[in-house]
Amino acid sequence: MNLKNDHYTVFKASKHKKCDFIFLSILLATCVTLTGCGSSETNVVAGNKSGTLYWGNGTEPQSLDPQIATGVPEHHVISAVMEGLVLKDRKTLEPRPGVAKTWDISNDGRVYTFYLRENAKWSNGDAHTAHDYVWSWWRALQTTLGNQYAYMLFPIKNAKRYYDGETSDFSDVGVKAIDNRTLQVTLTNPTPYFLQLLDHYSLFPVHQATIEKFGRADERGTRWSYEGNLVGNGPYKLEEWKINRHITVTKNPYYWDEANVSINSIVFKPVDNAVTEERMFRAGALHVTSSIPADKIAIYQEKSAPELKITPYLGTYFYRLNINTPQLQDKRVRRALGMAIDRKQLVDNITKGGQIPAYTMTPPGTMGYFPESTLNFDPEAAKRLLAEAGYPNGEGFPPIEILYNTNEGHRKIAVALQEMWKNYLNIDIKLLNQEWKVYLATESAGDYQISRGGWIGDYVDPNNFLDMFLCNGGNNRTGWCNEEYDRLILEVAPSQSSHEQRLKIFQQAETILLEDMPIIPVYTYTSIKLLHPSVRNFDDNILNQAMYKDLYLDANL
Amino acid sequence: MYRFALGRILQAIPVLLAVITVTFFLIHSAPGGPFSADKAVPPEVIKALEEQYNLNQPIWQQYVSYLGDVVRGDFGPSFKYSGRTVNELIAAGLPITAELAFYAMIVALVIGLLAGIGAAVRPNTAQDYIPMTAAMIGICMPSFLLGPLLVLVFGINLEWLPVSGWGDIPGDKILPSITLGAGFAAYIARLSRGGMLEVLSQDYIRTARAKGLSETLIILKHALRGGLIPVVAFLGPAFAGLLSGSFVVETIFQIPGLGRFYVQAAFNRDYTLILGMTIFLSTLIIVFNLLSDMLAIWLNPKLRHEIKGAK
Repeated sequence: MNLKNDHYTVFKASKHKKCDFIFLSILLATCVTLTGCGSSETNVVAGNKSGTLYWGNGTEPQSLDPQIATGVPEHHVISAVMEGLVLKDRKTLEPRPGVAKTWDISNDGRVYTFYLRENAKWSNGDAHTAHDYVWSWWRALQTTLGNQYAYMLFPIKNAKRYYDGETSDFSDVGVKAIDNRTLQVTLTNPTPYFLQLLDHYSLFPVHQATIEKFGRADERGTRWSYEGNLVGNGPYKLEEWKINRHITVTKNPYYWDEANVSINSIVFKPVDNAVTEERMFRAGALHVTSSIPADKIAIYQEKSAPELKITPYLGTYFYRLNINTPQLQDKRVRRALGMAIDRKQLVDNITKGGQIPAYTMTPPGTMGYFPESTLNFDPEAAKRLLAEAGYPNGEGFPPIEILYNTNEGHRKIAVALQEMWKNYLNIDIKLLNQEWKVYLATESAGDYQISRGGWIGDYVDPNNFLDMFLCNGGNNRTGWCNEEYDRLILEVAPSQSSHEQRLKIFQQAETILLEDMPIIPVYTYTSIKLLHPSVRNFDDNILNQAMYKDLYLDANL
Repeated sequence: MYRFALGRILQAIPVLLAVITVTFFLIHSAPGGPFSADKAVPPEVIKALEEQYNLNQPIWQQYVSYLGDVVRGDFGPSFKYSGRTVNELIAAGLPITAELAFYAMIVALVIGLLAGIGAAVRPNTAQDYIPMTAAMIGICMPSFLLGPLLVLVFGINLEWLPVSGWGDIPGDKILPSITLGAGFAAYIARLSRGGMLEVLSQDYIRTARAKGLSETLIILKHALRGGLIPVVAFLGPAFAGLLSGSFVVETIFQIPGLGRFYVQAAFNRDYTLILGMTIFLSTLIIVFNLLSDMLAIWLNPKLRHEIKGAK
């Protein structure tokens, strides 16, 4: 058959009511042909053989400069390519030696001396010394850098004064390199959580020569932390960074503990849509997801799927009460609102992600802190309090408004609270949702009555949750100010000699906070993710933090 | 023709200026800035950041200096992706979005034209009703429904095709292209059917038939050129629409194209990125409209004469 006839045949066929099916058949045939390649081996199967971990990493990281970055996706990548003086135990989160092999703490708890490893090196082979820390922390405290985590260094003597410009001499700041291998850090007060801070990326060392090669040390937006440029000191080195596609890190041959790093490379995939991410997981494209759509949790739970991991998380979901609102100025009203929430019902029927009802701001178990609470679910007592405040059975109570950022989950919770407060207190609540940045501006300006809030701990210590509500705390935003509370947090707690004593002081402060109730704790967060069974040693911990060098992939799964 | 093109290009300048001006002042007046965050950012940090990005200058000054940069083809640094320029982000996303749009266009044209022409050749028969009903469903079905459906069937149940990515695994471009192209295929089917029906009832087609030409020749040689004018007119806006509207498909299939940056930029208040993307996409829309108009003129002798007559 010649070409002309062939064409003619096709066209004739179209005339016989088949034309539209032909293309579909061709398309289907193409699909079938391509399937051979497409489904031969999933990322997970191939990765388990080659030692490559595929990690769902939420959004595209905005920066890998540890002194500029903020956010969880950034943290995941940075902690693969950089390392601090100490690491954390993958289960207990206790400090473990990192770049520092050992350390001494003076009797008064103020002077830390770190002894760095002889074999600590940068990923380009350069020697890694104590001077790197002095320089890096100097950089971290430059205001022009715009480091949002500069306050993590404030426990160090004179760090805050230097940052605030009260002294311009960095040698006043309590960090000294005694020699190449010895770093001495002097603190203002004994700070029991100081070792933990060292594992936060804002205190990671950065490579001076690389940074200076690409710009000024205190300049933002230089290209030192990009593909081909970045020099780190972590178990992995940055291999490839394709925007919105993936970040690949591979084993760093100069890492001091290289022999114990099992996984050869990690591919971080930015997947900001939870539904897509869950589908990718099911199709074997990812070993780990960063989240899971709320309505899928029940499906995995019904099957008792081993992939579903729900772990308590160091974070509290709460509501801020603007105490400048006339009807919220009376603390009895605020307490009544706090007592008329059936948190158990909320977490069982609305959030459904294993969240834990919260009756305190600090999640229980934070550094051995199990706060007692004066708050409970007691609608009758709540009604009495509201009546005492002049609103018997809610009569005469002006309607108030709950502000939340646009999100289905937040809306459901706000609706549930609206109903509970109507049922138990007979008061009217209106709901107002705003887009994220608008909501932030409204809340910061104090232009709200009740507002949804959430706080995820930066380090495991009650201080991180309680110092939010200091009178001039940037995250307070409620208008609440209590001098005794400030004194306990700022003066009494830091001067305690033992951890137990400190916890007692925190308990006193927390009680004040709960009695006055400028915030209503709702639940303690859980981290919810899907984890392929082949990933081993990814233990549950309240920071949902993986210790990459401990992980390994079981090729048999 | 050249004069026509030149005139249109000159018209585009005030249009673009209006787009830049409106976008610039709209985004700067939106509540919340690029550096606001859940955890309070200390005022000294905000000050340092605003200085670095010249946000401490009066708004008019910012506007004028931004216009100057745009004229030089520099969209500035992204506020959110520290160290990246807007030009760089556009350059990273554009080839992918353009490729996706191109494949989607092929899908749309092949399915749309076959269905539309087939329907027009035998109007009011099953060959007309079935594809046209399908086209109606195609127009109505949003890509955020079609995409996950295709993924569910071909990706997860049948395991034939990858569910995400772009150029990572062979075959991962098929589902996104079909998802994005389907809606446009439906439009093209309806447009080509309408265009062909009109042309097929013209006198010159009757003449061709009277001359005894085969139906194939009549359609391919005589009817198509006129019948496809509505489709051609639609192609320009359609391609621009494919480029700028691929956000949903890019999100569903995890494709690192332009659309995702655009939406993230708006949420992040990444002023320079929003502006850069808006200007870039506006320019594309203008260019594609111009191209499709020129193509329509080339195809339609009537229009050509009108332009010549105007001279």
